[in-house]
Amino acid sequence: MLLIHCPYCDETLPEAEFTYAGEAHIARPADPSALSDEEWESYLFIRSNPRGPHHERWRHLHGCGRFFNAVRDTVSDRFLTTYPAGQPRAALPIKEAAE
Amino acid sequence: MTRFNAFSLLKNALGGHRNWTEQWPDSQPRAEYDVVIVGAGGHGLGAAYYLASQHGITNVAVIDKGWLGGGNTGRNTTIIRSNYLYDESARLYDHAVDLWENLSQELNYNVMYSRRGVLMLAHNVHDVQSFKRHIHANRLNGVDNRWLTVQEAKEYCPPLNISPNARYPVMGAALQERAGTARHDAVAWGYARGAAARGVDIIQNCPVTAIRRNADGSVAGVETAKGFIRAKKVAVSAAGHTSVVMQTAGVRLPLESYPLQALVSEPVKPCFPCVVMSNAVHAYISQSDKGELVIGSGTDQYTSYSQRGGLPLIEHTIAAITEVFPIFNRMRMLRKWGGIVDVTPDRSAILGKTPVPNLYVNCGWGTGGFKATPGAAHVFAWTIAKDEPHPINAPFTLERFRSGRLIDEAAAAAVAH
Repeated sequence: MLLIHCPYCDETLPEAEFTYAGEAHIARPADPSALSDEEWESYLFIRSNPRGPHHERWRHLHGCGRFFNAVRDTVSDRFLTTYPAGQPRAALPIKEAAE
Repeated sequence: MTRFNAFSLLKNALGGHRNWTEQWPDSQPRAEYDVVIVGAGGHGLGAAYYLASQHGITNVAVIDKGWLGGGNTGRNTTIIRSNYLYDESARLYDHAVDLWENLSQELNYNVMYSRRGVLMLAHNVHDVQSFKRHIHANRLNGVDNRWLTVQEAKEYCPPLNISPNARYPVMGAALQERAGTARHDAVAWGYARGAAARGVDIIQNCPVTAIRRNADGSVAGVETAKGFIRAKKVAVSAAGHTSVVMQTAGVRLPLESYPLQALVSEPVKPCFPCVVMSNAVHAYISQSDKGELVIGSGTDQYTSYSQRGGLPLIEHTIAAITEVFPIFNRMRMLRKWGGIVDVTPDRSAILGKTPVPNLYVNCGWGTGGFKATPGAAHVFAWTIAKDEPHPINAPFTLERFRSGRLIDEAAAAAVAH
């Protein structure tokens, strides 16, 4: 069971309260009708899928209900940080905070 | 290669089984190959086997970072079926079932293909309607599938709980009789033995760290833990790690890697005659020839390379199984494990050429790659040998994510989707 820190509730809670919502910081195109097929492909389908730190969205569904961003290492499944949606992309590398 | 038959078995039995020769040598890499296949699972080894046996290309190496068959080939729940909705998928998976039927004879290796039937349970009116639509679509494509009433389903699978008072009552089932199971390890071993006997090098415990390209953009070879290996063609068949390998060649793929877990119970006497899947309750179950109940469901919700997965999903899976089969609610579970599956946005595989000349990819099988092993390997070998797709895998291009011609099986397949 993963333990996830909700940056709004400021509590570390079990995975069962949260839902995963895919890769973070994928900006919706400002002018969709101007996009080429290649840009649409990249926006809709191509994902970084890294082996290591991954910027991703989670939702505290059975809590405050809000979306937030996280950086999780996809090899160890450890969360490196979480931060509210709307904040800029967390820079890497992230030093893990002491529990 | 010792040919397996009753005579060789008897001869070796009399010798106390001390004189069996090794089934394939542990090869070391040579400097150059015609084809290097990255990933020694069933798909990669099978492609090497068909390259050698059907296309006369024997200067081939299959390279794996671990031991052969140690990835998803050894981690799946061994289910084989071809009752997919769309024409493209039905052709691909039914091609695989055609090859499964004769695979033990072809390889002289018992892959224990068992046509025990796959039963998909309908628990609500929507299930009934959509399964009947599937059955009609399948039959139009020449894929066997038929509707069973509740009583017929109970006769086919006696442990089934058909009580109308169940939380999710069974309202009928779709049955594909040609579907079933096979021994997953034996598939990798049989292909490895057949390929090695025809001159293919199988190089284990040798991670491929990068794909290198020539100045003109075409493939030059692969960097490995044992040095650079030059190759005229490189074929990647690396399942959950395909994104990582392909990125080194500058190819970004529409893939995300998720853990898919499975578990087995303690072994018991034969009590479960077929494979049962339930989309609505969300789990599937069969019994291995060793007697273990083999159980699985969907992927974990988050991407990961951990080959582990979380316990909440196991609890969800077992809850679903005991809902449909209350007789198993006191069974003890023995082991659980995870494999990393590469999932595409339309839940269909990518099998063919890439934007890089002489680089080929077979990936995106998501939660259902085992059943396709012989069919995928066969058409992948064709694609590599002829530098053009076989008609069966022609629709499964990487370009479809740009053109929009998706093969959207996401809502059309089994529980894992």
